[in-house]
Parts: sequence; C-alpha cells; structure tokens
Amino acid sequence: MKKRGVGLAVGLYPTGMSGGGDSSQAVVKVKPDGSVDLILTSVDIGQGCKTVLAQIAAEELGVPYDRVDVVNDDTDTGPLCFGTFASRVTFVAGNATKEAAREAKQILFSIAADKLEASPEDLEAANGKIYVKGAPERSVDIGAIAGEATFGLRKVIVGRGHYMRTPSAPDPATGKTDPFATLAWAAVQAEVEVDTDTGEVTVLRLDCAYDVGRAVNPLLVEGQIEGGAGMGVGAALMEQLYPYKSPVKFPAETFGDYVIPTAMDVPDIRTVIYECPSTNGPFGAKGIGEMTANAPAPAIVAAIHDAIGVWIDELPVTPEKVLRALQAKG
Amino acid sequence: MALNVVGQRVKRYDGLAHVAGETRFVDDVIVPGTLVVKGLRSPVPKGKIKSLDVSAAEKVPGVVAVMTHKDVPNNRYGWGGDQYVLAEDHVRYRGELIAVVAAENEDAALEAVDKMKLEIEEQEPVFDPLEAMKPGAPKVRPEGNIFMYGDSPCRKIIFGDVNEGFKKADIIVEGKYHHQGLKHAQMEPHVSLAVPEATGRLTIYTVSQAMYFHLTWVCNIVGLPMSKVRMIGGTVGGGFGAKNDVHADHIAALLALKTGRPVKWRWTREEDLLFSTFRGSWDMEFKDGVTKDGRLVARQVKSIRDSGAYTSLNAYVVDKHCFLVAGPYFIPNVYVEGYCVYTNKPPASSMRGFGITPATYAGEMQMNKIAEALGMDPWELRFKNAFREGEMTATQRVLDSVALIETMQALAGLVGKELPPHLKAMASTQKREG
Repeated sequence: MKKRGVGLAVGLYPTGMSGGGDSSQAVVKVKPDGSVDLILTSVDIGQGCKTVLAQIAAEELGVPYDRVDVVNDDTDTGPLCFGTFASRVTFVAGNATKEAAREAKQILFSIAADKLEASPEDLEAANGKIYVKGAPERSVDIGAIAGEATFGLRKVIVGRGHYMRTPSAPDPATGKTDPFATLAWAAVQAEVEVDTDTGEVTVLRLDCAYDVGRAVNPLLVEGQIEGGAGMGVGAALMEQLYPYKSPVKFPAETFGDYVIPTAMDVPDIRTVIYECPSTNGPFGAKGIGEMTANAPAPAIVAAIHDAIGVWIDELPVTPEKVLRALQAKG
Repeated sequence: MALNVVGQRVKRYDGLAHVAGETRFVDDVIVPGTLVVKGLRSPVPKGKIKSLDVSAAEKVPGVVAVMTHKDVPNNRYGWGGDQYVLAEDHVRYRGELIAVVAAENEDAALEAVDKMKLEIEEQEPVFDPLEAMKPGAPKVRPEGNIFMYGDSPCRKIIFGDVNEGFKKADIIVEGKYHHQGLKHAQMEPHVSLAVPEATGRLTIYTVSQAMYFHLTWVCNIVGLPMSKVRMIGGTVGGGFGAKNDVHADHIAALLALKTGRPVKWRWTREEDLLFSTFRGSWDMEFKDGVTKDGRLVARQVKSIRDSGAYTSLNAYVVDKHCFLVAGPYFIPNVYVEGYCVYTNKPPASSMRGFGITPATYAGEMQMNKIAEALGMDPWELRFKNAFREGEMTATQRVLDSVALIETMQALAGLVGKELPPHLKAMASTQKREG
C-alpha cells in the first residue's frame, strides 16, 4: 500500500569560519575606459562566486555587471583568501570586494568632484556615471573620468579590501565564544510517498524557505537551494559510505556501491527566499552555500513518520529499515 | 538603498563556458613531456612497515622517479599537522600512501608500483568510534584514540544549569541518532599538475578550494618560500569540502622538483571514493526537557564524530557542531559534550555543512518527537522556541538579524499552511514573554 505524509524541519547556519580569524582580500583595478578587474583568489567551486563578487564590485563602483572581469586564478597576482568553505565567500570576500571597490571609487570621485563642482562626499555612482546626489543630471561618465585619472593625473586607480573577523577561542570550561559572523535561517517541508510492501520511499516534493540576508543573485541562491535539496535526498535515503562494520571488506568503491541521487530522484522543489539583512555582510548578505543540504533529511524522516507512524533514527532510511520498522510496529 | 546590480538575476559569469564544455579545468591542461603518477598504498588498515624495497620499481623502463618518505623534506602536514606525506613506520588506514612513482606512462607507473616489495606486520584495527573509545581498544595512534581539547577529551558547552532545567520540565524526550558517513561525490576527482619553470619556480595547477592554504602546505612540505611556488586554479569542478585538504598537489610538486619534469597526478574515481577525505559518521544522544506548553527548558547532547586516522578538520568540525547543536531555539539550559574519535579509516574532514548537518538532523528529529509527545503541531512548537532578536546562543553569543519565525511564515505561505493568528502575528523582533 502507498501512504503519503508531510514533515517539517528548520535550521540555522553560521557564516564564516567557526571561531573567526579567516581572511579574504580583494584588489579592484579600474582600466582607462572604466572597465574593472576584480582580483582575488576566492575559488569558484561551482557555486558562482565569480558572478556574485562581480555583482558586488559593479554595484559599489556604479558600473554595469558586464564591465567587471574576475581574475581569481593565480596566487602570484591575487591576494590572500582562506578559501571556499564555511559558507564564507559571498560574505567575507564580498566584504573585501566592496571595500576595495569603494577605495577605487574614491579616486574617481576625487577627480569627478572638480568637474561637477561638488564635494566628493556628495557624489554617487550608478549605471556607468558619477553624479551629484539628488541632481542626477549633473553627471560625468565613469570611463571618461578613469581615462583622465590615468593619463591626465597619472593615477593608478586601485582599491584594496581586507575582511577578517577577530578570532574568538572558546572558553575551555564553558565553551563561551563568538564563533560566527551571522546566522542564516531555514525551513523545509517534505512530502513523501512510502510503499509499505517494498519499503521504498519516494520524495514527492521539497518546499524550501531560506533567509539569506540579501540574495545578491536570486538565481544562484535558488541553484544552491535546489542542489542542497538533492544532496539532502541522498543523505536521507540513499548514500552510505560504510554500510557494514568492516570498511575494508565492504568498501564503496564505485558509484554502483555508493549510490547518489540522479535527476530521477530529485523531487519537485519550490523555493521562497526571505531577506533579513545581516548587519555586517555586503549589502546585508549571509552565507547560503552549505545549509541547504541540512534540513531536507530530517524533514523527509518526519514525513515518513507522518505516513506510516514509525521513527527511523539512523540515516539513510533504506527500504530494509522501513520494512523492519513496520514489522516491529506490527 | 536603491540597488542596480545586487539582487539581479544576472547570468553566471562563466555559465556558458561551463555548459558548452569550454571551461579549462586542471585535467584539461596539457603540457608536453608530462609524467604520470601512481602510488603504493597500504593494503591493510593498520600495520607496522617492516621493510620497503623499491629497487625493482626504479628499474622498470619508463620510470623516472620513485619516492618514499626519505625523499620528502618535511613529511608532516595537514590541518592537524599529524598526517604523513608518505608513511614512515606505521600505516593507520587502508590506502595510506607509502611510496609514489613518476613515469612516462601509466603502464610503467603501475608496473613499478607492482614491483615494490612491501612487508607489513598487520595489526588489529578498530573501525567503530564507539568501540575505539573503550578502554583496551586497539590504539589507532600511540597517544590514544580521542582528540584532546587541551586537557579535555571533549569540547564542552555549558549554558545555564541543565539539571535545574530538567527539574522544570514536564516531559523528558530522549533520542539516539546515527548520521552516516558520506562522500562528497564531486564531479571532478582530485588532480594536480606541477610544472617546473625555467626561472626555477614551480607552477601548480590545482583543484584546491583553498589555494593559499595549499600554497602554504606545499611550500612547507617541499621546503620552498612562497616566492618560488605559484598556484593556478580558482575554477573547480565541485568540491563540497573534498578539496580543502591537499590530496595531490604536494605529491605532484615533490615529483616535479625531483625529476625537473612536469608531473600530473590524476586520481581515479575509485581512489577518490576509497581513500580521500569524507564526512565522518556521527552518533548523537539527546535529552530534552520540555514544559507541557511546549517550551524547551533544557537540552543535553553527547556527540561522537568518527574522525578516521588523522585530525584534519575533525576537531574544528566537532567545535562547529557543539557551538550550535542546541539548534535555532532559545534554550536556557544547555550541556554539550563533543568527541572527536580516531579510527582506522581514511581521515574524515570537511563536507558541506560540517558539524551542523548532523546537528540539524538530530535536533529536528527531537523537535518532531517532542511535538508528537505533546500532541502539538510541529510548527507551533518551533514558533514557540525560535530564537528572537537579542537572545543568546549556548556559547553566549547575542544574536542579531534573527529571522526563523519569518522564514517559517514564508514557508507556510509557500505550502498553503494556514497558521493560527498568534503565529501569523509573531515576529523575531518581539521580546519573548516570561
């Protein structure tokens, strides 16, 4: 018999390396036509940090997204970054990028201020132009200012940014510590169908709500949510690296032994993004990278309980465990 | 603040190149004259190396260099500093690297590995962390099977008074949970290409998620300053934490320096699944004290992490777990113990979610069981306990930008769940009553 159920799980996730002390640096260089090189060594592992960091640089400098190049491939030219882990790059490298872009922008503002007969503090940059706050008709083209700065005033238009949270070691007695930059929040509902004859569980739907502070790129946030949901299905129902007591006699050595979800196993996913800006991230951003793989598994296990009335306390929930639990329940 | 670019669904910077197969990943970099690498790995999960004779391997036609630990300037490395580039006297997991060979082609490299004469005295291993914690268990490492946090065998978090908390509870809900070991299964396996340059420098094409960490380790292992080593990377075919530990860069670098030739080490998928880092399993015991109106007043947790044979990021992972295992709820009394236990498996390390993944799993299992025990809607239970602005975690961190209530309200809207008026009206900025 096929039975359906729904289950809820929520969660939180810390942004940045636990305990702090993790650095990211960025250099922003403006070319004579106003194009921008963002230089760093933050690694794009598929999550799309090149896109997000280019957006942050473009926003701060007031240039279009497609005028920003991201150069993140070389430790000779790129400044320090601790790396892509701990859901930290959008936040930490994003803060460094924003600071670097601001410093480069100040060089441009100091030149534009003369042209516009205004003080640099009264200027803003957007859409490729520098203009007087409240009087957008008084504007100059960023490309023209960059050219004049370079060839007229012999400036190097470069900005630097470095973000590093103060390290916080836990108190050995109580564990008191300030271990993260900010927290992001999650709520996920799973809907499953359980075949009580075979023990098979099919995840029909995962509905996902995440607070990401600020979705710098909602498309990429949705990508993280959907990818994490798929990984959650694998953890809940399929993947098991050491299924037996001896990992020597029974290792998982191919994807025939270590079964991961395919497109056929990924359910319908609906997503809603909530934005509660962080007080310290770039434009309020928080980290979304890792947390999306966490709440799906307990939500799926709760949905199985809702469907057939048994709790299964060991992951993954294989058909064997479902049938044994049903048998024990009687 | 009006935003023009941030918040926009702009196209991925490198999306078209990725889907068109045009992005150049490390294994796509072809340098003429590149040697290939194969490794001799321990056939047993625990043992003492009695002898190793590589002389026959060195004579295989096409073999250019064979290396053992004696050829490594600094043989210790890793996040915990306790790993061996190449094993010395002992092996602690099946697959631990003992010797490597660089050859003109894979056949020669494999034949050379075959011809290495290794004598190992096999010792009794331990695989289950719960067994490894028992007195008298086989020792994974001479100093013992439990990582020491200073003088303590576990990370402790103490907030309020958990025993007083349990006294205030109307019901106690206990649970034991197992989160299995998992593999990242990233698309791109470990691979590294090290190219000696005419200037005397070394260029390493890396899949690292953390280029500067790998640069630091490689420089330490080969004994060169950072000015002599350049890492090229930054675009990686998936990581999920698999590529925070250095797997191939240091070996390719050592062999490139020894031979003066470009060297590429490309792991097979089987090697990746069997011998690279993974998410160690977790055994977790929870005891929660709850009032009959659904307030959590005490939570006690004991968590044990299977760390494999070396420290790597495990101590960090356990810390991260302990700091937030009380979950997204304000609980006035919390007691946590987290253990990082060595076993004769490959070193476990980082994987997407670190210690928060098992914490969320077990903690949310508890919440659903508590709701059932109270006969309360699981949504209501979570709204009642969700962190509010300005409240404190168990590590005494005061929170801002708190939004669990609003995130749950957003989910309710998405799934069409009709929340009762008092939950609809609830906000994270409201001060908790009582």
